[in-house]
Amino acid sequence: MTNPAIKIDSLHKSFGDLHVLRGIDLEVHEGEVVCVIGPSGSGKSTLLRCVNRLEDPTSGTILIEGEDITDPDADVDAVRTRIGMVFQQFNLFPHLTVLRNLTIAQRKVLGRPESEARRIAEVNLERVGMIDKIDAYPAHLSGGQMQRAAIARALSMNPDMMLFDEPTSALDPELVGEVLDVMRALAGEGMTMMVVTHEMGFAREVADRIMFMDEGLVVEEGPPTQLLVDPRHERTRRFLSMIL
Amino acid sequence: MPASPRQRQRRLRISLYAVLGLLAVAAVFVADWERIRFNFLRWDTFLEMFPQVISQAAVNTLVYTLIAFGVGIVLALILAFMRLAPVAPLRWISTVYIEALRSVPALVTILLVAYGIPIAFQWRIPGGLYGIAAIALGGVAGAYMAETIRAGIEAVPRGQREAARSLGMRPSQAMWWIILPQAFRIIVPPLTNEFVLLIKDTSLLYVAGSTPITRELTSFGRAQAQTSRNATPYIVAALAYVVITIPLTWLVRRLERRNARSR
Repeated sequence: MTNPAIKIDSLHKSFGDLHVLRGIDLEVHEGEVVCVIGPSGSGKSTLLRCVNRLEDPTSGTILIEGEDITDPDADVDAVRTRIGMVFQQFNLFPHLTVLRNLTIAQRKVLGRPESEARRIAEVNLERVGMIDKIDAYPAHLSGGQMQRAAIARALSMNPDMMLFDEPTSALDPELVGEVLDVMRALAGEGMTMMVVTHEMGFAREVADRIMFMDEGLVVEEGPPTQLLVDPRHERTRRFLSMIL
Repeated sequence: MPASPRQRQRRLRISLYAVLGLLAVAAVFVADWERIRFNFLRWDTFLEMFPQVISQAAVNTLVYTLIAFGVGIVLALILAFMRLAPVAPLRWISTVYIEALRSVPALVTILLVAYGIPIAFQWRIPGGLYGIAAIALGGVAGAYMAETIRAGIEAVPRGQREAARSLGMRPSQAMWWIILPQAFRIIVPPLTNEFVLLIKDTSLLYVAGSTPITRELTSFGRAQAQTSRNATPYIVAALAYVVITIPLTWLVRRLERRNARSR
């Protein structure tokens, strides 16, 4: 049997006295889409950021395709190329055109030649419907366009999985749809995805599994049909009643 | 009837103009214009200064500035990285250096380099005035610019580094390809300002002594003033500084406006 894409065991993370993650266990399998929901401050984003070591876990282990990235000798940079990350604030590089945003890591990290990097960038811009903005600078794009370009940038590294950290939370409401469409298509193509989100409609429709987190713990998880409709825990029920 | 605010403002403006007018009239009648002209604006002295004031003095001023700026910016980058280093002693060394050279007058630093070092070590700085400009002025400029560069690096949003790292870039790659290009856009206006200050600080090199070939504007003006026994050369030197620095300060304003727009 192959290793799960992500396997986390008793993950703890503290910022000083603040105990943000208090023992997380989870597995995400290849091709699976897992949405993480929960109130703000529940540790969802921190969990996601631990998966590619943007945050260093305080204790616990994280295996990416069987490789322990919490091992001090692990080559985190190499593992990160297999994990695409999409941020709430897009974090496009403002001094580079959309094309260069998509090619710079391909060339500097993967060592791809310019022509190949460009070809891959074009394929991915086509995928997110941004090919006509290939030479634009980020400052000239709308939020939705920036986020789609950021997704294409992550995809251009040919990652095995994608992490989305509240990808639509910084967008104007009318721009949320275009980003969710891209993510939906990606899920349809079988991409392994872990998505921190407040978009319940998206989670219900696309997720294979939803995790509800509160106060640094996974309160419960299950398929959307069960978790959203018939949650087992009182806390889940209260959270859902507030946002649905 | 009391005056309205508008009337009061009008009266104030009129009286300010009146004072200015009186001062101007007094200046015209009281000042000895012939004497001023003779001492500060003598045509023959003026002509005697050409072409050396341009071909030697102004060129030397710019050469010293460029040498000091070149040394300064490399030093500043090193100091800035040291201040951001994870090793504490590197941060301390950098901080001590920066604070020391910013608190000591540049003139004292030049004297120490030009006369202190040769006395102490029986060793002269190679390159004469060029070497002194590189070490003393470059050393001072490095201290000032280090703080500017550090602030520029820290002004780049954290998410930029995170995005770069999440694409698999090593810290040095993220710094070189993502952080520094953005930091430099932020710091080009203050660095240009630093360059302007440096142009003027090269005048302090006159205390290190100079030969006719190595004279910068101030030393040149001073030498000419002594031979011609009037102050016209200082005026010419001053004008030369103005001609060099005004376009640069204009450029700084343009760059600042451009940066303000692109945010």
